[in-house]
Amino acid sequence: MCLAVPGRVLSVAEVDGTRMAEVDFGGVRKDVCLEFVPDVGVGEYVVVHVGFAIQRLDEASARETLAHFERIGILDEEFGGGFTRLAGQAGADR
Amino acid sequence: MKYLDEFSDPDLAGKLLAQIHAATTRPWALMEVCGGQTHSIIRHGIDQLLPDGIEMIHGPGCPVCVTGLETIDKALAIAARPDVIFCSFGDMLRVPGSAQDLFGVKSAGGDVRVVYSPLDALTIARQNPDRQVVFFGIGFETTAPANAMTVYQARRLGIGNFSLLVSHVLVPPAIAAIMESPRCRVQAFLAAGHVCSVMGTGEYPALAARYRVPIVVTGFEPLDILEGIRQTVVQLEAGRHEVANAYPRAVRDEGNPAAMAMLRDVFEVTDRTWRGIGTIPGSGWRLSSRYREFDAEHRFDVTGVRAAESPLCRAGEVLQGLRKPNQCAAFGKQCTPRTPLGATMVSAEGACAAYYAYRRLDLVATS
Ligand code: SF4
Repeated sequence: MCLAVPGRVLSVAEVDGTRMAEVDFGGVRKDVCLEFVPDVGVGEYVVVHVGFAIQRLDEASARETLAHFERIGILDEEFGGGFTRLAGQAGADR
Repeated sequence: MKYLDEFSDPDLAGKLLAQIHAATTRPWALMEVCGGQTHSIIRHGIDQLLPDGIEMIHGPGCPVCVTGLETIDKALAIAARPDVIFCSFGDMLRVPGSAQDLFGVKSAGGDVRVVYSPLDALTIARQNPDRQVVFFGIGFETTAPANAMTVYQARRLGIGNFSLLVSHVLVPPAIAAIMESPRCRVQAFLAAGHVCSVMGTGEYPALAARYRVPIVVTGFEPLDILEGIRQTVVQLEAGRHEVANAYPRAVRDEGNPAAMAMLRDVFEVTDRTWRGIGTIPGSGWRLSSRYREFDAEHRFDVTGVRAAESPLCRAGEVLQGLRKPNQCAAFGKQCTPRTPLGATMVSAEGACAAYYAYRRLDLVATS
């Protein structure tokens, strides 16, 4: 039950005075309460736990972290291909 | 799924592991606080890939495991009432109480329902105005905002047949309790990322300074965990004990201000008894007096519950990192996920269940 997972906001609507969203989790869609992330909009990523977005998932920092992982092993040239692919994916569906 | 798959990339994992091996010159004992991280570590075999001297001690951060036996017994008593619809997260159903579990109550005719979100329980309350609907509000700081918002909504919308059986637990007092224990071997902590998504990192500098331990906020994917371990080892080797954030995509230092404001309104700090560990001062939240009418413990008379653990179970020592699950004589024998003697064998985040799911065959082979 402790799991919180990232999902992408597809649409936002007001239900009974509460800000709700439809969020896509890699194909599975769920209704999620957005009250705790009031300035998140359609197309952005949120971290969702038991039906509530608890934080915005910051795309820029996700990409930075992946790039940092890559730099960490900068000497391992043979792994170079992996990063190009990841960088492509990270920017792919913006 | 974007932002999940990228963080389990095997090539990058190899690079991080190489860095950890390069940085390690001495043995170190690290505790991952969160059960979600325990699950990920055992599932991906991360502990087996680390340098020999690096030990991962599994912490008490599985809410299903630490919810007090007395609270479970109260839940069972409330769920058995004919006027009650008792709603819970699914993994609480098999948690053993003194005499039975919620499944037992359900098969004896109790109306026990599994919900994904506490808001689902509120919907059930609106659809059943002639029944009492109780939600079992357990969890750490990650889950508390959801439960708080649900009670807030119940009051705002005037849904009087809804109540919450609350047993929230808090991470920072648990870290302090672990460090105060005379048998403590922990030299650094991976702090639970999603707890910090809500609460931020503000409570940790004082703990890091007081106990001279690095505290690194860590995520849940394999690369996140490796990076948390890498940063921790680098600090330990350099003799530093600082708070660092290895999960910046989901954690800001200030936390989530909207969620924290809601938590302050709905809950107040209380002493909490952790299953297998004992009472830790100031380590829980209960409903504040403004919301007392929504407190299931007040609405239903559940005093005088007498709780008794299985005498075989060593979960308390497992939760404090003093014993690995396979060092319990009942592990895999009298105690399995189908017949759990302790709560740590129930949820996927419990250390005993994680060892049973992913290590049982290796352990049998070597024992
Ligand atoms: S294996 Fe079962 S009996 Fe042993 S400590 Fe874990 S939960 Fe308790």
